[in-house]
Amino acid sequence: MTDQKEMEAASHHIVSPVIYVVILFALLVGTAATVWASYVDLGVFNPILAIGIACTKATLVVLFFMHVKYSSRLTKLTVFCGVFTFLTLIGMTLADYISRAWGSW
Amino acid sequence: MSDSTAVAHAAPEHGHEEHPAFLRHHFENVEQQADAAGFAMWLFLLTEVMFFGGLFTAYLIYRNWYYPAFVAASHQLSIPLGGFNTLLLITSSFTMAMGGWCAEMRKKSGLVLCLVLTFILGLGFLGVKTVEYKEKIEMNHVPGFHFSLDSFTHPDPNNPATAKDQPLATDMARHTEIYFSLYFAMTGMHALHMVIGIAILGFMIFRAQAGAYTEGHVTFVENFGLYWHFVDIVWIFLFPLLYLISRHS
Repeated sequence: MTDQKEMEAASHHIVSPVIYVVILFALLVGTAATVWASYVDLGVFNPILAIGIACTKATLVVLFFMHVKYSSRLTKLTVFCGVFTFLTLIGMTLADYISRAWGSW
Repeated sequence: MSDSTAVAHAAPEHGHEEHPAFLRHHFENVEQQADAAGFAMWLFLLTEVMFFGGLFTAYLIYRNWYYPAFVAASHQLSIPLGGFNTLLLITSSFTMAMGGWCAEMRKKSGLVLCLVLTFILGLGFLGVKTVEYKEKIEMNHVPGFHFSLDSFTHPDPNNPATAKDQPLATDMARHTEIYFSLYFAMTGMHALHMVIGIAILGFMIFRAQAGAYTEGHVTFVENFGLYWHFVDIVWIFLFPLLYLISRHS
């Protein structure tokens, strides 16, 4: 039994509950910050800040709750590819959107 | 013919005793099996990213197009309810992560407790969502035949969220229906993911009570956790994008 447990511990990292509590706290602070920031007039920076906070929170969830920080390089590459493809598709769609004369036909 | 049959029968007998029962024969060891399952789960989540990504892109373009309508429509949502739901969902992600830890550490009662808490928090989220949907139905803010522009052409001066809103011209006010279409599509698809997640959680609670995940085989709990955290991440983006547009105006 002990041997088996040691083998498992060696093969994959078990994240400590302390880290989970810290991340939970950070996510709650982030939620409060995003609500607070929406009441402050920052002009064009309002949505940028809101997306920035959301991305930070999402990164914390992916790295720690979803264990990507402690995962294999294959998993890290997979996650990166997903984000990269998503941003490419959004970027190309928006490039089409800004460069077209919408409404003038 | 008979020789090959004999060989095929003999092979599984050999080397059957020194690996755990949950290790499938086409994997070399438990670690390889867990890695393969985790990789597959991430590939599934990437398809989910693309699925929600389409909705987010539609939102982004329409928001730029009809910004005043999106501001006025967004002010109809309740920040206390949305914020409380964010709190519930983040906490449920935490309890799910703790459930994964309990499974790894082979703490059966801890795992059952975490799964039950996640289950309750998930149901609480859907309960608050129901209250919000009910209000939208009563206000005639559901896209369709009964959609009403009154709240946008004549903003309620007694509601602090909309008191400072300028009345919209009818052609712009009409576009609030697009906002609410996206609101229901995005929160509805998110809620559907929650319903599926809660159903699986119910199943896992019974299996966990029978000791299924605390014998060293934690893959199911681990991969369900990935799904649950993904649904949490979707909400982390939905909350500011739908509820918090230009609240200072």
